[in-house]
Amino acid sequence: MEPEKKEFDWFDRPESRRLLWRLLIGACVVSVLAEVPFLFDHGRHGYFGIDGMFMFYAILGFIACTLMIYAAKWMGKVLKKPENYYGDPEEETLPEDIDESIR
Amino acid sequence: MNLSVDFPPALILFLGALLVPFLKGNVRSFYVIALPLFALIYILRLDLGNSWQFYIFSFTEDPVEFLRVDKLAKAFGIIFSLNAVVAFIFAFYVKKATQHVAALMYIGGAIGCVFAGDLLSLYVFWESMAVTSTFVILARKTEKAKGAAFRYVMIHLVGGLLLLAGIVLTIADQGGSIAFNGFDFATEQHAGTWLILIGILVNAAVPPISAWLPDSYPEASVTGGLILSAYTTKTAVYALLRGYPGWEPLIWIGCIMSVYGIIYALLENDMRRILAYSIINQVGFMVCAAGIGTPEAISGATAHAFCHIIYKSLLWMSAGAVLYRVGKSKCTELGGLYKTMPLTLIFGTIGALAISAVPGTSGFTSKTIILHAAETQHLFWPWLILEAASAGVFLHAGIKFPYFVFFNVDRGLRPREAPGPMLAAMAILSFLCIFFGVYPQPLYDILPYTVDYNAYTWSHIVTQMQLLLFSALVFFLFLPMLKRTPTISLDFDWFYRKGIPPFTRALDKSLNGVNAAASDFFLGKVTRGVCNFFESGASRIAAHLMTPIWALQGFDAKQIEEQQQSLFKRAKRGAFPIGVTAFLAVILLGLLSVIFLLER
Repeated sequence: MEPEKKEFDWFDRPESRRLLWRLLIGACVVSVLAEVPFLFDHGRHGYFGIDGMFMFYAILGFIACTLMIYAAKWMGKVLKKPENYYGDPEEETLPEDIDESIR
Repeated sequence: MNLSVDFPPALILFLGALLVPFLKGNVRSFYVIALPLFALIYILRLDLGNSWQFYIFSFTEDPVEFLRVDKLAKAFGIIFSLNAVVAFIFAFYVKKATQHVAALMYIGGAIGCVFAGDLLSLYVFWESMAVTSTFVILARKTEKAKGAAFRYVMIHLVGGLLLLAGIVLTIADQGGSIAFNGFDFATEQHAGTWLILIGILVNAAVPPISAWLPDSYPEASVTGGLILSAYTTKTAVYALLRGYPGWEPLIWIGCIMSVYGIIYALLENDMRRILAYSIINQVGFMVCAAGIGTPEAISGATAHAFCHIIYKSLLWMSAGAVLYRVGKSKCTELGGLYKTMPLTLIFGTIGALAISAVPGTSGFTSKTIILHAAETQHLFWPWLILEAASAGVFLHAGIKFPYFVFFNVDRGLRPREAPGPMLAAMAILSFLCIFFGVYPQPLYDILPYTVDYNAYTWSHIVTQMQLLLFSALVFFLFLPMLKRTPTISLDFDWFYRKGIPPFTRALDKSLNGVNAAASDFFLGKVTRGVCNFFESGASRIAAHLMTPIWALQGFDAKQIEEQQQSLFKRAKRGAFPIGVTAFLAVILLGLLSVIFLLER
């Protein structure tokens, strides 16, 4: 038996996923901390007032994405249908634009 | 008449495409790369202000102008031909000629549109795009592609008719002038300009006439989808920037598009359909910019279209490479591909970061010009919606696409890395994404208006990173809610795919029912009655008249019936005894005399 080549599976490991989580949260914190110096310099310049608020963009990103995910979830209840909903015929074979070796 | 030696660059692709079927193998593959490359070089050396025009229609005031070179047209021409070069590098493996011919003509049509100097030549190229792009979709030769192509061409023919109707009305309104410059929102609102606008918005995939895009592009082949993704919608963006700057409704239409694209992309399971909805989201930014209409907004939209074509093609390429190697495109069937397709992952991720406008990528230096234009015009709500949509882009295209395709769960797929030409094409576009991200000046130099904009201020970088990082945080916090399901999502195409068939059936039942009943009544009953009346009516009346007389003569029922039968027979043959005929003739004459006398 040929010895199997060790596969690169770093992203599948639980400890890697934990590390990535920490990195993400750390990056979020750093992005907020990076705004702190502006507080000592009469705040960040905003065009509408509210957008000059500390952490405005962080809050906007968080709220907007949460709302959109909930909107999609809620709309999905009505809009999601099984794949053959329109009764399209399923292909017997893979179309010819797919790699020959797997067709 | 100004006739220069320059000819429309579209001709290079139109005429060049005709040669494709005569070439074979690698020669053909190199030829289809060289052709748009030649067009690109030709467009780069076109001088501003050049034109190619002549009088063909006697009813128009102006000459038809098939070539108008200005900065706006040139910027779109450059990116259209540049993208075509890279797309054909990616398509090196394609062995059939049909798709190449259709694709080259389609790209030629798009380049023709942006260099068209008037409404009529715009219309000619516009329609050529609709027809040739349909063949690009059909080239996959699957049943689904056939259905999608049919729906696609129907929508685009309707859009083309609206455009044509608008053009005719506008020419009449302009007193015979076919000029296509900016229509003024304050003074030039009439049925003609609105119809042209609607015709353009069909191609821009504005809801509710947007479903043709996610319906058809993902049914095209690996390279077909890639090529389609760049041209139809961006030609429409060009037409809006040219003809409708400052038309305020476009601001809100753009905002709706940007959010609509995100919500549907979040619902989608098919990776290419996610990218298709993402086009609508991105075009929303550009449509909004056209509505804002300031020089900065127009330049911003042009820059965004330029960079968008690059990173969106890159994303379609990485999705295409996966589809090519795996034969699957649904998130529920994909995952864990980072193990064997790391380069495709890296290039795809660069495209995903660019579309999300991460600092250091071309999205950051282009899309944010539009946001800045909204800020300086103090358009609070449009600005807020576009900022929220920017966060949403990272959610659906920036993270969702790479995560579900390359990571998520390992489904045991171990495809080989994408072929060399595909990787080369992706590498070129990845380079451009980063190049224009760190050094946008060459891009800013070709924009229609001078841009005095620097994306790289410390506060801009910080706020953009906050927006994106907290969006990423939301993605991973809500990951269980985003779990893919093997479903499709109903879009506006439901109305013509499901809504109309029962509607037509109802029409069939009701109208054809009326038709059948009318046919029964008039042909079956009335006509037969009339025929019967003229065939045997007279003898029946005679028999009715005679029956009491025969009864008085003392005939019994059986004899009366015999008399009637003989009367019918004689009436049919016209054989009455002469005496009876003469008697009846005398009665008739008598009646006529009475009528004659009364009339006097």
